[in-house]
Amino acid sequence: MAIEVRVPTILRNYTGGQKAVTAQGGTLAQLIDNVESANPGVKERLVDESGLRRFINVYVNDEDVRFTGGLATEVADGDTVVILPAVAGG
Amino acid sequence: MRLYPRNVLTIEQAIRDAIVAHARRDHPDEACGVVAGAAGSDRPTRFVPMRNAAQSPTFYEFDSADLLRLYKEMDDRDEEPVVVYHSHTATEAYPSRTDIGLAQEPGAHYVLVSTADGAHEGEGPVAFRSYRIVDGEVTEEDVTVVSSYAEAG
Repeated sequence: MAIEVRVPTILRNYTGGQKAVTAQGGTLAQLIDNVESANPGVKERLVDESGLRRFINVYVNDEDVRFTGGLATEVADGDTVVILPAVAGG
Repeated sequence: MRLYPRNVLTIEQAIRDAIVAHARRDHPDEACGVVAGAAGSDRPTRFVPMRNAAQSPTFYEFDSADLLRLYKEMDDRDEEPVVVYHSHTATEAYPSRTDIGLAQEPGAHYVLVSTADGAHEGEGPVAFRSYRIVDGEVTEEDVTVVSSYAEAG
């Protein structure tokens, strides 16, 4: 078992075009680090020094992690993580 | 990266009219939504007006839960967001710096509608323009309105 991470179109150039990758981790932060080691460059698009980027949404089992602890959100085998860029503008 | 060589948006009259009606209805706040279509088809067929969670005359953002629901639904139907639209209610129908900075769908036609100068009232003309926004670069494209896609071939 592992955690499935669904990757949006704009980040698929880091995953060899794959729509989803699998990785391990106990928290979202660890999971992102593990995704980064297999897909270099992806982390910088997701996080900055203050945490998750403002216009990136991450959901663990359909819950927006902004409401569950951000990068400290716990994840476990069998979970599904979805990354979606915000659709926003001015 | 030039993965999506397109220079025209072909859209049905009824969908164009639905976007304009949404923009008029939400004026003076910005209206937003997508028109989904079969992946790879470049045909916007399913009009999906979205709630502007920002409820603002100068900003729009899809609500986070609505966004997830929308993308799961498109995934289940093998669709993609062929058009991402929003309105400007006090400025022209051209992508703002914020629009360019936040555009994250390189395959989409970004449609801008302007309801400035009272265009939200009555049946007056509403500016309706389309762009591709890739890596911070904006390219305007032609808009061809057809009565049905069958006619467009």
